[in-house]
Amino acid sequence: MGNEKKVSRAQQEKIERYKQLVDRLSPKSDMVTGLWRAFWVGGAICLLGQAITEFFSRVMLWGATSAATATSICLIFLSALLTGLGVYDKIGKYAGAGSIVPITGFSNSVVAPAMEFRREGLVMGVGAKLFTLSGPVLVYGICSSIIVGLIAFFMEVL
Amino acid sequence: MGRRMGERTVVLGNRPGVVSWASIVGRKEQEGPYGGRFDQVLDDELNGETSFESAERKMLETAVTLCARKAQREMGEVQMLLSGDLLNQIISAGYAARNLQIPFYGLYGACSTMSESLSLGGMLADGGYADRLIAATCSHFCTAERQYRAPLELGNQRTPTAQWTVTGAGAVMLASGAAAKEAKVRLTHTTCGRVIDLGIADANNMGAAMAPAAADTLCAHLKDLNRSFEDYDLVVTGDLGHHGRDLLIELLRQSGVDVREDRLFDCGCEIFSARQDVHAGGSGCGCAASMLCGYLLPELAAGHLNRIVFMATGALLSPTTTMQGESIPGVAHAVVIEHGEE
Repeated sequence: MGNEKKVSRAQQEKIERYKQLVDRLSPKSDMVTGLWRAFWVGGAICLLGQAITEFFSRVMLWGATSAATATSICLIFLSALLTGLGVYDKIGKYAGAGSIVPITGFSNSVVAPAMEFRREGLVMGVGAKLFTLSGPVLVYGICSSIIVGLIAFFMEVL
Repeated sequence: MGRRMGERTVVLGNRPGVVSWASIVGRKEQEGPYGGRFDQVLDDELNGETSFESAERKMLETAVTLCARKAQREMGEVQMLLSGDLLNQIISAGYAARNLQIPFYGLYGACSTMSESLSLGGMLADGGYADRLIAATCSHFCTAERQYRAPLELGNQRTPTAQWTVTGAGAVMLASGAAAKEAKVRLTHTTCGRVIDLGIADANNMGAAMAPAAADTLCAHLKDLNRSFEDYDLVVTGDLGHHGRDLLIELLRQSGVDVREDRLFDCGCEIFSARQDVHAGGSGCGCAASMLCGYLLPELAAGHLNRIVFMATGALLSPTTTMQGESIPGVAHAVVIEHGEE
Protein backbone atom coordinates (compact mmCIF):
# COMPACT_ATOMS: atom_id res chain seq x y z
CA MET A 1 0.00 0.00 0.00
CA GLY A 2 2.73 2.42 1.07
CA ASN A 3 4.65 1.83 -2.11
CA GLU A 4 1.56 2.38 -4.20
CA LYS A 5 1.01 5.78 -2.61
CA LYS A 6 4.60 6.81 -3.25
CA VAL A 7 4.31 5.92 -6.92
CA SER A 8 1.12 7.86 -7.31
CA ARG A 9 2.67 10.89 -5.60
CA ALA A 10 5.62 10.80 -7.96
CA GLN A 11 3.16 10.54 -10.84
CA GLN A 12 1.19 13.42 -9.38
CA GLU A 13 4.30 15.59 -9.34
CA LYS A 14 5.10 14.58 -12.91
CA ILE A 15 1.59 15.57 -13.98
CA GLU A 16 1.90 18.91 -12.19
CA ARG A 17 5.27 19.63 -13.80
CA TYR A 18 3.94 18.74 -17.22
CA LYS A 19 0.89 20.95 -16.73
CA GLN A 20 3.21 23.89 -16.04
CA LEU A 21 5.27 23.08 -19.12
CA VAL A 22 2.16 22.90 -21.31
CA ASP A 23 0.86 26.19 -19.92
CA ARG A 24 4.21 27.83 -20.56
CA LEU A 25 4.46 26.64 -24.16
CA SER A 26 0.78 26.96 -25.12
CA PRO A 27 -0.08 29.53 -27.74
CA LYS A 28 -2.62 31.98 -26.35
CA SER A 29 -5.72 33.39 -28.01
CA ASP A 30 -5.47 37.04 -29.01
CA MET A 31 -8.01 38.60 -26.64
CA VAL A 32 -7.96 42.14 -28.05
CA THR A 33 -8.64 41.08 -31.64
CA GLY A 34 -11.23 38.54 -30.46
CA LEU A 35 -13.09 41.07 -28.35
CA TRP A 36 -13.05 43.72 -31.08
CA ARG A 37 -14.39 41.31 -33.70
CA ALA A 38 -17.09 39.99 -31.37
CA PHE A 39 -18.05 43.57 -30.51
CA TRP A 40 -18.43 44.91 -34.02
CA VAL A 41 -20.06 41.85 -35.60
CA GLY A 42 -22.36 41.34 -32.61
CA GLY A 43 -23.18 45.04 -32.70
CA ALA A 44 -23.84 44.94 -36.45
CA ILE A 45 -26.28 42.04 -36.01
CA CYS A 46 -28.10 43.97 -33.29
CA LEU A 47 -28.15 47.07 -35.49
CA LEU A 48 -29.71 45.03 -38.28
CA GLY A 49 -32.31 43.76 -35.80
CA GLN A 50 -33.09 47.31 -34.74
CA ALA A 51 -33.44 48.39 -38.37
CA ILE A 52 -35.92 45.56 -39.00
CA THR A 53 -37.89 46.55 -35.90
CA GLU A 54 -37.99 50.18 -37.06
CA PHE A 55 -39.18 49.08 -40.48
CA PHE A 56 -42.09 47.07 -39.06
CA SER A 57 -43.11 49.71 -36.53
CA ARG A 58 -42.68 52.84 -38.67
CA VAL A 59 -43.32 51.72 -42.23
CA MET A 60 -45.72 48.84 -41.62
CA LEU A 61 -47.14 50.59 -38.53
CA TRP A 62 -47.23 47.38 -36.43
CA GLY A 63 -47.40 47.38 -32.63
CA ALA A 64 -44.25 46.94 -30.53
CA THR A 65 -44.88 43.23 -29.72
CA SER A 66 -45.63 42.28 -33.32
CA ALA A 67 -42.60 44.19 -34.60
CA ALA A 68 -40.31 42.46 -32.07
CA THR A 69 -41.68 39.03 -33.01
CA ALA A 70 -41.29 39.77 -36.70
CA THR A 71 -37.71 40.91 -36.09
CA SER A 72 -36.85 37.61 -34.38
CA ILE A 73 -38.44 35.67 -37.23
CA CYS A 74 -36.48 37.64 -39.83
CA LEU A 75 -33.13 37.20 -38.03
CA ILE A 76 -33.72 33.49 -37.46
CA PHE A 77 -34.61 33.03 -41.11
CA LEU A 78 -31.60 34.98 -42.30
CA SER A 79 -29.22 33.01 -40.09
CA ALA A 80 -30.76 29.68 -41.13
CA LEU A 81 -30.38 30.69 -44.77
CA LEU A 82 -26.76 31.72 -44.30
CA THR A 83 -26.05 28.46 -42.44
CA GLY A 84 -27.56 26.49 -45.31
CA LEU A 85 -25.46 28.43 -47.80
CA GLY A 86 -22.32 27.65 -45.78
CA VAL A 87 -21.64 31.27 -44.86
CA TYR A 88 -22.55 31.43 -41.18
CA ASP A 89 -19.74 29.16 -39.99
CA LYS A 90 -17.29 31.54 -41.67
CA ILE A 91 -18.86 34.51 -39.90
CA GLY A 92 -18.67 32.51 -36.66
CA LYS A 93 -15.02 31.68 -37.18
CA TYR A 94 -14.29 35.38 -37.58
CA ALA A 95 -16.56 36.84 -34.93
CA GLY A 96 -16.73 34.15 -32.21
CA ALA A 97 -19.19 35.13 -29.51
CA GLY A 98 -20.27 38.08 -31.67
CA SER A 99 -22.31 35.77 -33.87
CA ILE A 100 -23.08 33.09 -31.25
CA VAL A 101 -24.77 35.26 -28.60
CA PRO A 102 -27.48 36.96 -30.75
CA ILE A 103 -30.57 34.99 -31.76
CA THR A 104 -28.88 34.25 -35.10
CA GLY A 105 -26.39 32.01 -33.26
CA PHE A 106 -29.27 30.05 -31.78
CA SER A 107 -30.72 29.53 -35.23
CA ASN A 108 -27.32 28.40 -36.51
CA SER A 109 -27.00 25.89 -33.67
CA VAL A 110 -30.32 24.30 -34.68
CA VAL A 111 -29.82 24.31 -38.44
CA ALA A 112 -26.23 23.02 -38.36
CA PRO A 113 -27.08 19.67 -36.67
CA ALA A 114 -30.19 19.39 -38.83
CA MET A 115 -27.98 19.50 -41.92
CA GLU A 116 -25.29 17.31 -40.37
CA PHE A 117 -27.58 14.48 -39.31
CA ARG A 118 -29.97 14.52 -42.27
CA ARG A 119 -28.24 11.38 -43.58
CA GLU A 120 -29.29 9.42 -40.49
CA GLY A 121 -32.93 9.95 -41.45
CA LEU A 122 -35.70 12.36 -40.46
CA VAL A 123 -36.63 10.66 -37.19
CA MET A 124 -33.46 9.45 -35.47
CA GLY A 125 -31.25 11.85 -37.41
CA VAL A 126 -32.77 15.31 -37.74
CA GLY A 127 -35.49 14.69 -35.15
CA ALA A 128 -33.27 13.35 -32.41
CA LYS A 129 -30.23 15.52 -33.02
CA LEU A 130 -31.88 18.85 -33.81
CA PHE A 131 -31.39 20.23 -30.31
CA THR A 132 -28.05 18.60 -29.42
CA LEU A 133 -26.41 22.01 -29.25
CA SER A 134 -29.29 24.30 -28.43
CA GLY A 135 -30.92 21.82 -26.03
CA PRO A 136 -28.99 23.08 -22.98
CA VAL A 137 -30.02 26.66 -23.80
CA LEU A 138 -33.67 25.61 -23.88
CA VAL A 139 -33.45 23.49 -20.73
CA TYR A 140 -31.74 26.08 -18.58
CA GLY A 141 -33.58 28.98 -20.19
CA ILE A 142 -36.93 27.43 -19.36
CA CYS A 143 -35.77 26.35 -15.89
CA SER A 144 -34.56 29.82 -14.96
CA SER A 145 -37.71 31.44 -16.35
CA ILE A 146 -39.78 29.15 -14.12
CA ILE A 147 -37.70 30.09 -11.08
CA VAL A 148 -37.90 33.79 -11.87
CA GLY A 149 -41.63 33.41 -12.50
CA LEU A 150 -42.11 31.73 -9.11
CA ILE A 151 -40.14 34.44 -7.33
CA ALA A 152 -42.21 37.12 -9.07
CA PHE A 153 -45.42 35.30 -8.15
CA PHE A 154 -44.55 35.03 -4.46
CA MET A 155 -43.37 38.61 -4.30
CA GLU A 156 -46.75 39.69 -5.64
CA VAL A 157 -48.55 37.49 -3.08
CA LEU A 158 -46.51 38.99 -0.25
CA MET B 1 14.30 -14.86 -37.10
CA GLY B 2 13.34 -11.82 -35.09
CA ARG B 3 14.56 -11.27 -31.60
CA ARG B 4 14.23 -8.69 -28.90
CA MET B 5 16.62 -5.94 -27.96
CA GLY B 6 16.42 -4.01 -24.73
CA GLU B 7 13.11 -3.64 -22.98
CA ARG B 8 10.68 -2.95 -25.75
CA THR B 9 12.27 -3.21 -29.15
CA VAL B 10 11.87 -6.08 -31.61
CA VAL B 11 14.53 -6.70 -34.23
CA LEU B 12 13.07 -7.72 -37.57
CA GLY B 13 16.02 -9.88 -38.49
CA ASN B 14 14.68 -10.91 -41.87
CA ARG B 15 14.20 -7.28 -42.87
CA PRO B 16 10.73 -7.47 -44.39
CA GLY B 17 10.44 -5.41 -47.55
CA VAL B 18 8.16 -2.48 -48.22
CA VAL B 19 7.21 -3.31 -51.79
CA SER B 20 4.62 -0.69 -52.63
CA TRP B 21 2.58 2.13 -51.17
CA ALA B 22 -0.29 4.39 -52.14
CA SER B 23 -1.66 7.65 -50.81
CA ILE B 24 -4.87 9.58 -51.33
CA VAL B 25 -5.69 12.99 -49.92
CA GLY B 26 -8.37 15.66 -50.09
CA ARG B 27 -8.27 19.06 -51.78
CA LYS B 28 -6.95 20.99 -48.80
CA GLU B 29 -4.03 18.56 -48.37
CA GLN B 30 -3.24 18.90 -52.06
CA GLU B 31 -2.97 22.66 -51.56
CA GLY B 32 -0.32 22.04 -48.87
CA PRO B 33 3.45 21.97 -49.41
CA TYR B 34 3.47 18.25 -50.33
CA GLY B 35 0.40 18.46 -52.58
CA GLY B 36 2.09 17.11 -55.68
CA ARG B 37 3.40 14.02 -53.95
CA PHE B 38 0.21 12.10 -53.40
CA ASP B 39 -1.06 9.44 -55.79
CA GLN B 40 -4.65 10.61 -55.92
CA VAL B 41 -6.70 13.60 -54.86
CA LEU B 42 -10.41 13.43 -54.08
CA ASP B 43 -12.61 15.57 -56.33
CA ASP B 44 -14.66 16.69 -53.37
CA GLU B 45 -15.33 15.76 -49.76
CA LEU B 46 -18.02 13.24 -50.71
CA ASN B 47 -15.77 11.33 -53.10
CA GLY B 48 -18.76 10.45 -55.29
CA GLU B 49 -20.67 8.88 -52.35
CA THR B 50 -23.77 9.87 -50.45
CA SER B 51 -22.21 10.29 -46.99
CA PHE B 52 -18.84 11.32 -45.59
CA GLU B 53 -18.45 7.96 -43.84
CA SER B 54 -18.95 6.18 -47.12
CA ALA B 55 -16.51 8.58 -48.79
CA GLU B 56 -13.89 7.73 -46.17
CA ARG B 57 -14.19 3.99 -46.57
CA LYS B 58 -14.10 4.27 -50.34
CA MET B 59 -10.91 6.29 -50.03
CA LEU B 60 -9.33 3.54 -47.90
CA GLU B 61 -10.49 0.87 -50.30
CA THR B 62 -9.04 2.76 -53.24
CA ALA B 63 -5.71 3.22 -51.45
CA VAL B 64 -5.44 -0.52 -50.79
CA THR B 65 -6.42 -1.38 -54.36
CA LEU B 66 -3.94 1.13 -55.73
CA CYS B 67 -1.19 -0.21 -53.47
CA ALA B 68 -1.73 -3.76 -54.76
CA ARG B 69 -1.87 -2.51 -58.34
CA LYS B 70 1.42 -0.63 -57.95
CA ALA B 71 3.03 -3.88 -56.79
CA GLN B 72 1.38 -5.60 -59.78
CA ARG B 73 -0.43 -8.01 -57.51
CA GLU B 74 -3.96 -9.33 -57.53
CA MET B 75 -6.06 -8.77 -54.45
CA GLY B 76 -6.07 -12.53 -53.87
CA GLU B 77 -2.30 -12.54 -53.44
CA VAL B 78 -2.50 -10.26 -50.42
CA GLN B 79 -2.76 -12.55 -47.45
CA MET B 80 -3.71 -10.09 -44.74
CA LEU B 81 -5.05 -6.59 -44.31
CA LEU B 82 -4.19 -4.79 -41.07
CA SER B 83 -6.22 -1.66 -40.82
CA GLY B 84 -8.11 0.69 -38.58
CA ASP B 85 -9.42 4.24 -38.45
CA LEU B 86 -10.82 6.87 -36.11
CA LEU B 87 -14.52 6.19 -36.40
CA ASN B 88 -16.55 4.30 -33.82
CA GLN B 89 -16.22 0.53 -34.32
CA ILE B 90 -13.55 1.24 -36.99
CA ILE B 91 -16.22 1.16 -39.66
CA SER B 92 -14.05 2.51 -42.46
CA ALA B 93 -11.62 -0.39 -42.16
CA GLY B 94 -14.32 -2.99 -41.59
CA TYR B 95 -16.48 -1.92 -44.50
CA ALA B 96 -13.49 -1.52 -46.82
CA ALA B 97 -12.37 -5.05 -45.88
CA ARG B 98 -15.87 -6.31 -46.67
CA ASN B 99 -15.47 -5.16 -50.24
CA LEU B 100 -11.79 -6.03 -50.61
CA GLN B 101 -12.20 -9.59 -49.33
CA ILE B 102 -8.64 -9.72 -47.97
CA PRO B 103 -8.35 -11.60 -44.63
CA PHE B 104 -8.64 -8.77 -42.14
CA TYR B 105 -7.38 -7.79 -38.70
CA GLY B 106 -9.03 -4.61 -37.43
CA LEU B 107 -6.86 -2.37 -35.28
CA TYR B 108 -7.58 0.63 -33.13
CA GLY B 109 -4.75 2.92 -32.18
CA ALA B 110 -6.38 6.24 -33.07
CA CYS B 111 -3.88 8.31 -35.06
CA SER B 112 -1.07 5.85 -34.25
CA THR B 113 -2.70 3.23 -36.49
CA MET B 114 -0.18 3.59 -39.32
CA SER B 115 2.79 2.68 -37.16
CA GLU B 116 0.77 0.13 -35.19
CA SER B 117 -0.23 -1.69 -38.38
CA LEU B 118 3.31 -1.42 -39.76
CA SER B 119 4.76 -2.81 -36.51
CA LEU B 120 2.41 -5.78 -36.39
CA GLY B 121 2.64 -6.33 -40.14
CA GLY B 122 6.42 -6.16 -39.93
CA MET B 123 6.48 -8.83 -37.24
CA LEU B 124 4.04 -11.04 -39.16
CA ALA B 125 6.09 -10.75 -42.33
CA ASP B 126 9.36 -11.19 -40.45
CA GLY B 127 8.08 -14.31 -38.75
CA GLY B 128 7.08 -15.78 -42.07
CA TYR B 129 3.38 -15.75 -41.25
CA ALA B 130 2.57 -13.80 -44.38
CA ASP B 131 4.30 -13.45 -47.72
CA ARG B 132 2.39 -10.33 -48.58
CA LEU B 133 0.20 -8.10 -46.45
CA ILE B 134 -1.12 -4.58 -46.49
CA ALA B 135 -1.11 -2.12 -43.59
CA ALA B 136 -3.46 0.78 -44.17
CA THR B 137 -5.40 3.53 -42.49
CA CYS B 138 -7.42 6.65 -43.25
CA SER B 139 -9.19 9.63 -41.76
CA HIS B 140 -11.64 12.21 -43.06
CA PHE B 141 -12.11 15.74 -41.78
CA CYS B 142 -15.90 15.69 -42.01
CA THR B 143 -16.44 12.34 -40.25
CA ALA B 144 -13.97 13.16 -37.47
CA GLU B 145 -15.53 16.58 -36.89
CA ARG B 146 -18.96 15.09 -36.52
CA GLN B 147 -17.81 12.33 -34.17
CA TYR B 148 -15.44 14.27 -31.96
CA ARG B 149 -16.51 17.89 -32.22
CA ALA B 150 -19.40 19.84 -33.72
CA PRO B 151 -21.51 19.88 -36.90
CA LEU B 152 -19.63 21.35 -39.85
CA GLU B 153 -21.84 24.39 -40.34
CA LEU B 154 -21.76 25.48 -36.72
CA GLY B 155 -20.30 28.97 -36.40
CA ASN B 156 -17.79 28.33 -33.62
CA GLN B 157 -14.11 29.13 -33.21
CA ARG B 158 -11.17 26.75 -32.84
CA THR B 159 -8.56 27.25 -30.13
CA PRO B 160 -4.92 28.00 -31.10
CA THR B 161 -3.90 24.46 -30.05
CA ALA B 162 -6.64 22.76 -32.11
CA GLN B 163 -5.58 20.67 -35.09
CA TRP B 164 -7.19 19.98 -38.44
CA THR B 165 -8.06 16.34 -39.22
CA VAL B 166 -6.42 15.34 -42.47
CA THR B 167 -8.60 13.85 -45.17
CA GLY B 168 -6.31 11.16 -46.44
CA ALA B 169 -5.44 7.49 -46.63
CA GLY B 170 -2.26 5.50 -46.92
CA ALA B 171 -1.63 1.84 -47.69
CA VAL B 172 1.70 0.01 -47.49
CA MET B 173 2.39 -3.47 -48.81
CA LEU B 174 4.91 -5.50 -46.81
CA ALA B 175 6.46 -8.70 -48.07
CA SER B 176 8.88 -11.29 -46.82
CA GLY B 177 11.17 -13.87 -48.36
CA ALA B 178 11.15 -14.19 -52.13
CA ALA B 179 8.26 -11.76 -52.46
CA ALA B 180 10.43 -9.01 -50.96
CA LYS B 181 13.36 -9.54 -53.29
CA GLU B 182 12.85 -6.39 -55.33
CA ALA B 183 12.07 -4.14 -52.37
CA LYS B 184 14.21 -1.04 -51.96
CA VAL B 185 12.83 -0.19 -48.54
CA ARG B 186 13.03 -2.40 -45.45
CA LEU B 187 11.66 -2.52 -41.93
CA THR B 188 14.33 -3.32 -39.37
CA HIS B 189 13.00 -2.66 -35.86
CA THR B 190 9.81 -1.84 -34.04
CA THR B 191 9.32 -0.46 -30.55
CA CYS B 192 5.97 -0.98 -28.91
CA GLY B 193 4.62 2.07 -27.09
CA ARG B 194 3.12 2.28 -23.63
CA VAL B 195 -0.05 4.22 -22.98
CA ILE B 196 1.00 7.42 -21.24
CA ASP B 197 -1.29 9.98 -19.63
CA LEU B 198 0.05 13.11 -18.01
CA GLY B 199 -3.32 14.54 -17.17
CA ILE B 200 -4.20 16.66 -20.21
CA ALA B 201 -7.99 16.74 -20.44
CA ASP B 202 -8.42 19.38 -23.15
CA ALA B 203 -9.62 17.61 -26.31
CA ASN B 204 -8.52 20.67 -28.28
CA ASN B 205 -4.93 20.10 -27.25
CA MET B 206 -4.10 16.67 -28.64
CA GLY B 207 -0.46 17.60 -29.22
CA ALA B 208 0.05 18.08 -25.48
CA ALA B 209 -1.81 14.84 -24.73
CA MET B 210 0.31 12.76 -27.14
CA ALA B 211 3.78 14.33 -26.71
CA PRO B 212 4.60 12.39 -23.49
CA ALA B 213 3.81 9.07 -25.23
CA ALA B 214 6.04 10.02 -28.16
CA ALA B 215 8.85 11.00 -25.77
CA ASP B 216 8.46 7.76 -23.82
CA THR B 217 8.57 5.53 -26.89
CA LEU B 218 11.45 7.41 -28.50
CA CYS B 219 13.55 7.38 -25.32
CA ALA B 220 12.96 3.63 -24.92
CA HIS B 221 13.73 3.06 -28.59
CA LEU B 222 17.00 4.99 -28.56
CA LYS B 223 18.05 3.33 -25.30
CA ASP B 224 17.17 -0.19 -26.50
CA LEU B 225 19.21 0.22 -29.68
CA ASN B 226 21.85 2.47 -28.13
CA ARG B 227 21.17 5.02 -30.86
CA SER B 228 20.80 8.78 -31.00
CA PHE B 229 19.31 11.35 -33.39
CA GLU B 230 22.56 11.09 -35.37
CA ASP B 231 21.64 7.56 -36.45
CA TYR B 232 18.51 8.74 -38.24
CA ASP B 233 18.05 11.04 -41.20
CA LEU B 234 14.64 11.86 -39.80
CA VAL B 235 12.82 11.13 -36.57
CA VAL B 236 9.23 11.25 -37.77
CA THR B 237 6.25 11.85 -35.51
CA GLY B 238 2.66 11.51 -36.66
CA ASP B 239 0.52 14.46 -35.70
CA LEU B 240 1.81 16.28 -32.67
CA GLY B 241 1.39 19.62 -34.41
CA HIS B 242 3.49 22.70 -33.66
CA HIS B 243 2.60 22.85 -29.99
CA GLY B 244 3.08 19.10 -29.40
CA ARG B 245 6.38 19.14 -31.24
CA ASP B 246 7.70 21.88 -28.95
CA LEU B 247 6.60 19.84 -25.95
CA LEU B 248 8.26 16.70 -27.31
CA ILE B 249 11.56 18.54 -27.75
CA GLU B 250 11.34 19.83 -24.18
CA LEU B 251 10.46 16.39 -22.75
CA LEU B 252 13.26 14.68 -24.67
CA ARG B 253 15.78 17.25 -23.43
CA GLN B 254 14.58 16.71 -19.87
CA SER B 255 15.24 12.99 -20.38
CA GLY B 256 18.76 13.73 -21.52
CA VAL B 257 18.27 13.08 -25.25
CA ASP B 258 20.39 15.25 -27.52
CA VAL B 259 17.65 16.52 -29.84
CA ARG B 260 18.51 17.57 -33.37
CA GLU B 261 15.55 19.79 -34.19
CA ASP B 262 16.34 19.81 -37.90
CA ARG B 263 15.81 16.05 -37.97
CA LEU B 264 12.56 16.03 -36.04
CA PHE B 265 9.87 15.84 -38.70
CA ASP B 266 6.26 16.04 -37.57
CA CYS B 267 3.78 15.12 -40.31
CA GLY B 268 1.13 17.32 -38.67
CA CYS B 269 3.42 20.36 -38.88
CA GLU B 270 4.46 19.61 -42.44
CA ILE B 271 1.32 18.61 -44.31
CA PHE B 272 -0.29 22.07 -44.25
CA SER B 273 1.33 25.44 -44.71
CA ALA B 274 0.94 28.30 -42.23
CA ARG B 275 -1.42 30.24 -44.52
CA GLN B 276 -3.90 27.34 -44.61
CA ASP B 277 -5.20 28.40 -41.19
CA VAL B 278 -5.12 25.00 -39.49
CA HIS B 279 -3.88 26.40 -36.17
CA ALA B 280 -1.52 23.84 -34.57
CA GLY B 281 -1.30 21.61 -37.69
CA GLY B 282 -2.79 18.46 -39.18
CA SER B 283 -3.97 15.38 -37.30
CA GLY B 284 -5.77 12.09 -37.87
CA CYS B 285 -4.70 8.62 -38.98
CA GLY B 286 -4.49 9.87 -42.54
CA CYS B 287 -1.94 12.55 -41.66
CA ALA B 288 0.97 10.24 -40.86
CA ALA B 289 -0.27 7.64 -43.37
CA SER B 290 -0.45 9.96 -46.37
CA MET B 291 2.85 11.65 -45.54
CA LEU B 292 4.52 8.25 -45.16
CA CYS B 293 3.17 6.96 -48.45
CA GLY B 294 3.32 10.24 -50.35
CA TYR B 295 6.65 11.59 -49.25
CA LEU B 296 8.75 9.50 -46.85
CA LEU B 297 8.66 6.08 -48.54
CA PRO B 298 9.42 7.47 -52.02
CA GLU B 299 12.35 9.41 -50.54
CA LEU B 300 13.61 6.24 -48.84
CA ALA B 301 13.22 4.23 -52.04
CA ALA B 302 15.13 6.85 -53.99
CA GLY B 303 17.90 6.82 -51.41
CA HIS B 304 17.42 10.50 -50.49
CA LEU B 305 16.72 9.28 -47.01
CA ASN B 306 18.69 6.39 -45.66
CA ARG B 307 17.10 5.54 -42.35
CA ILE B 308 14.15 6.98 -40.48
CA VAL B 309 12.22 6.08 -37.37
CA PHE B 310 8.50 6.50 -38.02
CA MET B 311 6.38 7.07 -34.97
CA ALA B 312 2.69 7.83 -35.42
CA THR B 313 1.05 9.11 -32.27
CA GLY B 314 -2.49 8.42 -31.10
CA ALA B 315 -4.81 9.97 -28.52
CA LEU B 316 -7.00 7.22 -27.11
CA LEU B 317 -9.99 9.30 -26.12
CA SER B 318 -13.65 9.21 -27.03
CA PRO B 319 -16.31 11.93 -26.90
CA THR B 320 -17.77 10.13 -23.87
CA THR B 321 -14.55 10.28 -21.84
CA THR B 322 -14.13 13.93 -22.82
CA MET B 323 -17.59 14.78 -21.52
CA GLN B 324 -16.92 12.84 -18.33
CA GLY B 325 -13.85 14.98 -17.76
CA GLU B 326 -11.31 12.15 -18.10
CA SER B 327 -7.77 12.96 -19.16
CA ILE B 328 -6.45 11.83 -22.53
CA PRO B 329 -4.12 8.79 -22.76
CA GLY B 330 -1.63 8.83 -25.62
CA VAL B 331 0.29 6.09 -27.39
CA ALA B 332 3.07 5.96 -29.97
CA HIS B 333 4.72 3.03 -31.71
CA ALA B 334 8.04 3.32 -33.49
CA VAL B 335 9.15 1.54 -36.67
CA VAL B 336 12.58 1.85 -38.21
CA ILE B 337 12.47 2.07 -42.00
CA GLU B 338 15.64 1.88 -44.06
CA HIS B 339 16.68 2.23 -47.64
CA GLY B 340 18.32 -1.00 -48.70
CA GLU B 341 18.14 -4.00 -50.95
CA GLU B 342 18.75 -7.51 -49.80
